[in-house]
Amino acid sequence: MAKSKIRGGVHPKGCKELSNGTATVPYQAKGELVFPLSQHIGKPAVPIVKKGDTVLAGQTIAKADGFISAPIISSGSGKVKSIEPRLTSAGVMAQCIVIDNDGQYTLDPSVGQKCDYTKLSSQEILDKVQAAGIVGLGGAGFPTHAKLAPKNPEEIEYVIANGAECEPYITCDDRLMQEHPDWVVMGLKVVLQLFPNAKGVIAIEDNKPAAIAAMQKAVQGDDRLSVLELETRYPQGGERGLVHAVTGQWLGGGGALPATLGCIVDNVTTLSAIYQAVCEGMPLMEKGFTVSGDAVANPGNFMIKLGTSLQEVLDAAGGLKAEAKKALLGGPMMGTAISSYDVPIVKANNALLCMTRDEVEEADKLMTACIRCGRCGTACPMGLIPQMMAVAAKNKDYARYDQLHGTDCIACGSCTYICPAKRPLTQLFKQTKPVVLGLKRAGQL
Amino acid sequence: MTMILSSVLVLAIVGLLVGLMLVFVGNKFKVEVDEREAAVRDCLPGNNCGGCGYAGCDAVAAAIVKGEAPVTACPVGGQAVADKISAIMGVTAGDGADKKVAFVKCAGTCDKAKNNCNYVGIQTCEAAAIIPGKGSKACQQGCLGFGSCVAACQFDAIHVVNGVAVVDRSKCVACGSCVKACPQKLIELVPDKSTYAVQCSNQEKAKTVKAQCDVGCLGCGLCVRQCEEGAISLQGNVAKIDYEKCVGCGKCAAKCPAKIIRMR
Repeated sequence: MAKSKIRGGVHPKGCKELSNGTATVPYQAKGELVFPLSQHIGKPAVPIVKKGDTVLAGQTIAKADGFISAPIISSGSGKVKSIEPRLTSAGVMAQCIVIDNDGQYTLDPSVGQKCDYTKLSSQEILDKVQAAGIVGLGGAGFPTHAKLAPKNPEEIEYVIANGAECEPYITCDDRLMQEHPDWVVMGLKVVLQLFPNAKGVIAIEDNKPAAIAAMQKAVQGDDRLSVLELETRYPQGGERGLVHAVTGQWLGGGGALPATLGCIVDNVTTLSAIYQAVCEGMPLMEKGFTVSGDAVANPGNFMIKLGTSLQEVLDAAGGLKAEAKKALLGGPMMGTAISSYDVPIVKANNALLCMTRDEVEEADKLMTACIRCGRCGTACPMGLIPQMMAVAAKNKDYARYDQLHGTDCIACGSCTYICPAKRPLTQLFKQTKPVVLGLKRAGQL
Repeated sequence: MTMILSSVLVLAIVGLLVGLMLVFVGNKFKVEVDEREAAVRDCLPGNNCGGCGYAGCDAVAAAIVKGEAPVTACPVGGQAVADKISAIMGVTAGDGADKKVAFVKCAGTCDKAKNNCNYVGIQTCEAAAIIPGKGSKACQQGCLGFGSCVAACQFDAIHVVNGVAVVDRSKCVACGSCVKACPQKLIELVPDKSTYAVQCSNQEKAKTVKAQCDVGCLGCGLCVRQCEEGAISLQGNVAKIDYEKCVGCGKCAAKCPAKIIRMR
């Protein structure tokens, strides 16, 4: 049987072999821990500690503000140094809680209480997930408790564990599935508890045979669970692509949620965090993090404490062996370039890449006019026509942009990657999409 | 011969009938136009820039005649046009004291503002503003220097000089196009008669500002204490001058440690 695949897509070089061969190394930060108050989609958390307070690992230091928000949990112990604006991974100065790390990682007595999830009600599970500060750890950062509470839980047919990890270089999910398949499976079982009629599907790209084998072994004995092998193709891990691969139905654009087709999609790292929170009583304090790229001395994966600075993790990977012309937070397709390593790692971050070549700059020099070859349209996983959207966006013809469904762009970067004229299409769409959505909200379009 | 006569006759009658009909219809469906409106319209510059807030010169002329807009409504024409319109409307326009000009609240030129990266990509301010870190400059609130305001200006009154947009006061007509175009919200319309202005928008703390730019407002508040008129206040770590109260004594500028309160 042909393996499931998305429509469109591109085949960037995986470069996963740089970091997927070695075991994840636990790393405890020695320097200060910094927690931005906004690490998720929704309202920023509200600090409940003040300067000078002593905090313990696992203690809630900022509470959620409303339903679409998530609390922040301290990953280490020490004194609160300050609550001040710091440079964050989003490139802006934002309010952060800074903790002077005592290096002890003394656990708060309230955490670590094991619990049998089968005896919990749905609401108790959701409360535990929310209290643990879990958000979409694949990169989106949407509060997980909100995602797990669709209107009609009994109509959910599939819970999809997203282990596609289609971004080049990043291997932290791969390592997680190889090393702790039981965590992912347990997390999936906890989520299935919420949805009585659902099946669990673990979707993995076929460039991770070891992870597929490990997960297949782990799901044995439970006929609700299965492993789905996907063709390796970027952006296979996109939510809509996965729903299509599992159900055979296309969700379409217009902001429709997977729940309308009876699906809930969660990253494997998120599921593992759900297991830790619900069964082991451990809130979200650490996660797997890939440090890779051809400028890094010893690329690999690290189990880092949230709030650790990038510089420390980079040092843990042996530092740089060559000058890094480009540093990226996240993968090369959707990650953002950073100008400083003095940035704390937040929940949604999953990789630091240091490259010896700045390929964006090289491409920029080669940029020519659009030759209307249409390859961007072939590559677009959303079935859009980037070349026409680009014209509308450039002319600020927002009505035309909307007519072309430009607001469905998921900014995966496939069009920019495939463009032989090296046009910066994705940047144009990222710039235009919020403007058009704003105009539509204001009723002016 | 008969044929020529009859054709001339028929054409003459048809012409007469059509002419009479036109006269009748013209009177029946006449639109009352205030003749002042046409006169006012003639005084206006006629480039339909929309700087007045109306759809164009015709619209603002109608509004002036109806009394909905002041005779000084056209920011482009300035005093000269206002005087002509006031003559038509029979009112006095005032002495032009409320003329405004655009002012860019950033002085971070290439040699003064520090860079923390090398921005490549679409060379417009809107595109650079969505990138984390916003352009090459370390300061995230400053002028990005790609000239979206220059593209928006219809009067050639704003140019990017050494990485920062600079307004040509003699050409600026305060239409506000640049104010709308700037994604950094750096441009403000200030009274033309004002003498001193704070040329910075960086709201960070002094230490961060110093690391980012040589000419950044440190938010020290020295100017606030210097001002005898109480015209200066700190808003989000940046000094802000109330032009209504400012008398232009220049004491703030003399004391400013960052030399960021400047004579315009």
